Amino acid sequence: MSFLFGFAEPSSVPTSSTVAHSANWFLEYAWLVPLLPALSFVGILFFGKRMRYRGAELGIAAVSLSFLLAVCAGFAWIQHRDNFVLPDAASGAPATPGESYVAVQNSTQWLQSGGVEFGAGVLVDGLSVMMLLVVTIVSLLVHVYSTDYVGDDKRYTHFFAFLSLFTAAMLFFVLSDNILQMIVGWELVGVCSFVLIGHWWEEKPNSDAALKAFLTNRVGDVGLIIGTITLFFAAGGGHTFDTIKINEAIVQGEVGHTALVVASLCLMAAVMSKSGQFILHTWLPDAMAGPTPVSALIHAATMVVAGVFMIARLYPVFFEGMQIGGSSINLMATIGAVTLVFGGLLAFVQDDIKKVLAYSTVSQLGYMVMALGVGAWTAAVFHLFTHAFFKANLFLGSGSVAHAVHSFDMKKDMGGMRKFMPKTYITFIIGSLALAGLFPLAGFWSKDEILVGTGGWGLFGGTGGNGAYTFHLLMGVFGAALTAAYMTRCVYLTFHGEFRGGHAHGGHAHGGHAHGGHEHGGHAHGGHAHGDPHESGPRILVPLYILSGLAVVAGFANLPAGFQLVGDSWTERFGHYVEPYKSSYFPAIDHATPSWSLAVVASVVALAGAGAAIYYYFVKVDRLADQTQQSLTELPDGLSKSNALAGAGHRVLVNKYYLDHLYEGVIVAFTKGPLARAAYWVNQKVIDRTVDKAGETAVLVGRHVYDVVDQSVIDGFVDGSGRVSDATGEELRQINSGKVQNYAAILFAMAAVLAGTFLIIFAL
Amino acid sequence: MSLLAALSADADLYVAQNVFFAVIAAAMVFSAVRVVTTGNVVHAALWLVVVLAGVAAQFILLGSDFVAVTQVLVYIGAVVVLFLFGVMLTRASLGDDESVGDEKRVMAAVVGVLLFAVMATGLIHTYEDGRLVIENPQSVNVVSDAIFSQYIVAFEAVSVLLLAALIGAIVVARKD
Amino acid sequence: MLLNQFLLLSAVLFCIGVYGVLARKNGVLVLMSIELILNAVNINLVAFGALTADVGGEVFALFTIAVAAAEVGIGLAIVLLIYRNRRSIDLSEIDLMKG
Repeated sequence: MSFLFGFAEPSSVPTSSTVAHSANWFLEYAWLVPLLPALSFVGILFFGKRMRYRGAELGIAAVSLSFLLAVCAGFAWIQHRDNFVLPDAASGAPATPGESYVAVQNSTQWLQSGGVEFGAGVLVDGLSVMMLLVVTIVSLLVHVYSTDYVGDDKRYTHFFAFLSLFTAAMLFFVLSDNILQMIVGWELVGVCSFVLIGHWWEEKPNSDAALKAFLTNRVGDVGLIIGTITLFFAAGGGHTFDTIKINEAIVQGEVGHTALVVASLCLMAAVMSKSGQFILHTWLPDAMAGPTPVSALIHAATMVVAGVFMIARLYPVFFEGMQIGGSSINLMATIGAVTLVFGGLLAFVQDDIKKVLAYSTVSQLGYMVMALGVGAWTAAVFHLFTHAFFKANLFLGSGSVAHAVHSFDMKKDMGGMRKFMPKTYITFIIGSLALAGLFPLAGFWSKDEILVGTGGWGLFGGTGGNGAYTFHLLMGVFGAALTAAYMTRCVYLTFHGEFRGGHAHGGHAHGGHAHGGHEHGGHAHGGHAHGDPHESGPRILVPLYILSGLAVVAGFANLPAGFQLVGDSWTERFGHYVEPYKSSYFPAIDHATPSWSLAVVASVVALAGAGAAIYYYFVKVDRLADQTQQSLTELPDGLSKSNALAGAGHRVLVNKYYLDHLYEGVIVAFTKGPLARAAYWVNQKVIDRTVDKAGETAVLVGRHVYDVVDQSVIDGFVDGSGRVSDATGEELRQINSGKVQNYAAILFAMAAVLAGTFLIIFAL
Repeated sequence: MSLLAALSADADLYVAQNVFFAVIAAAMVFSAVRVVTTGNVVHAALWLVVVLAGVAAQFILLGSDFVAVTQVLVYIGAVVVLFLFGVMLTRASLGDDESVGDEKRVMAAVVGVLLFAVMATGLIHTYEDGRLVIENPQSVNVVSDAIFSQYIVAFEAVSVLLLAALIGAIVVARKD
Repeated sequence: MLLNQFLLLSAVLFCIGVYGVLARKNGVLVLMSIELILNAVNINLVAFGALTADVGGEVFALFTIAVAAAEVGIGLAIVLLIYRNRRSIDLSEIDLMKG
């Protein structure tokens, strides 16, 4: 292998202190990784229908190859990071191998116009290599999973073609070395998500959801374009799209603060739409209308993390523009904090298992954005990394369950699934625990790092970091409790209790659920003929095993420094290889010190959240379900009360009931009840309606203007003056004739008058 | 063009060119007026051909033979044919156009004359002694070099625009 | 040759085009008048290009021709649509924007 991972002779003089233009083969040819799925897209589109497996084999082969290349690139990057020395040590670059963080950039001129160069190229550093790995592995597993999941779909080939393009677009995006190219990737990702969310476009809600996703993203794209233009003109004397050059210029303080504020705010709008941050997140739950593998891909690896990735890639812009360092509040961190709590609360009141997961994604993205907002770059990127695995695991698990019951409704059609699908159950439990942040699963490590990174922990010496974001720390801890609680609810409703679907509801289960019923168009109704739901096949289970395995171990990639159970050389590996610390294109951020006490407290809070939910569902609801001999989903007030009265002889039980009532009233009911409902209400009524309201308001204002100004004032004026000069009134009315040619005549005449005026004033 | 260049041995006088210009310009103005006044739609399209050909001739006088050739190919070759198809498909009255109200004509004429007055005043005032010296025509390779280097982005934009127009025309006009 | 002779010719064509756009009722005739306007602009572009010996004038004249072709395509499609919906292409009958 040494020839593979050895170094090519440096051939060109680097223009920047921390960019190399030649390196290991796998790093230099990283562009092959997105190219393969792109080729497979074309191949499937043209020849897919004629292939033996209808195009799926080509997609899987291409993504597998990409995955192998990405793994090799990963090893090559580790080698590169530790050993590479820039050839021109004289210019001040550190001479110690591995001391500096040297990105590999290979670009070529795409076109040149009016003195502006448009480059195209790849920027390979730890961040992009990490993303290559995540995207390719999740995409590969989703491809395999889809062969079973959408096996009967009539647009199977089409589906695989766009899965490939989706993957290619995201890979292209993460490898971009300039922001113009990033826009291309960004939009490609958006288009692919549109196509895939609307995969079953025959049904109106699905095509509406696809449109909503696309249009909401367009809102942010305006910000993206303005931000890009601002950076283009502002950075380093201007007129470059090159990511590294822009970042370097900002780090060296060559860019005005106002420009950075404008750019960071505009780009933040783009991030909010793409990464489902509060206010612009409404498309994300609707996007569940797409097939489940697509949801997994969107939520874990491709679409939604694009925004987070962009912040990470252009971090100096945000770090300076938002003034992250040495502060205790800023816009980005606050948006993230609000999003994470809001999403967590909304996840409570969903009955659709995929929507629970969708809001959970919103919440976890909030964590990432908050982490970036408080300056915990590595923590955010690490959470992106771990989240990809357990969220893909959960989504694919929910798809596996839905595959069996032909519905996504937890309350109507699920329950007790652990008896029918024990394997799915285990993987789902692992994913949930990882998401909830249980030690030592993946989510624990990354979430803990985010909390530490806020720097708001004052107990036992504090944790340092870039500021004292105490509010954000509290939100983060609260979010951890919420996460644990809603996942407990989700697991209970899906896998525990009695099975509520199938025969109990007869045909009803299909009628009401648009995507659930449609998902298995071919054999949906036949599914009930063979009785109880059954475990999914190996093509669904194997990806689940792999992902849950990764959900267990991924956290060990970045053990906190000072973790005594392992040697120092095992801690903070992720941060060491991924974070461009001490490179010229990364701001000088401070790193927080890990804190045992915070980890313990956060875990306890999360366990308390889980405990409350467990007590509510697994103890109270379960017992009531046993007593009433029916499967329950929530504790109805009337039922528990009458039941408690029925057991009047059991004083202890009654006393306990009061305690329980207090307990429920304070914790569970508070979060599950009014607060969550209020949040949901705000979401549905306020935000969704705001757009409608804006339109309605415009109409109202228009009508008002029409009624009062036009009809009363102008018409009144016309009528009133009619007796004086009837002809004038008629002329005025003719202006509003609705005939285009009259408008054009006025336009031309006025232009002529204006031009004539200028001519007289300035020229004659 | 080389013929025209040879005709004007005296580069400063351009007698031949000026004569050509006057004849062509008169024909163009007359035809243009017919385009906007004739009642017959097909006649209007044929008068339009004369104007477009005249414009092409003016381009040659200005030493831009490539643009002139493109003008003939695209306009007379394609656009006018498209117009005739439009006339055919909409079954617009091939005979006289329905009479246009006099007030509308007067309004349009007033606006037109007003515009011309302003423009003519401005032009005469500004370019009183602007003289054109056409030594030799711009060769095609200069034009193409400019398009594919300096103006490449505009060129790409135009090509995308044409694609969009293609798709848009189909979407707008198809029956469904 | 004077620059002004071309510019004035162009101005005449432009104003005739404007007259046509404003006075004609038939949609196809309006589109033809728009072509007159675009051609007037092209003469201007090429004339100024010749004055400054800059190839840009010609290049943009070519672009205008391309844009005009697109415009005619879309315009005729719209006229066809109007004809299909209203059995008439009389622009004076189209007053949906009437206030």
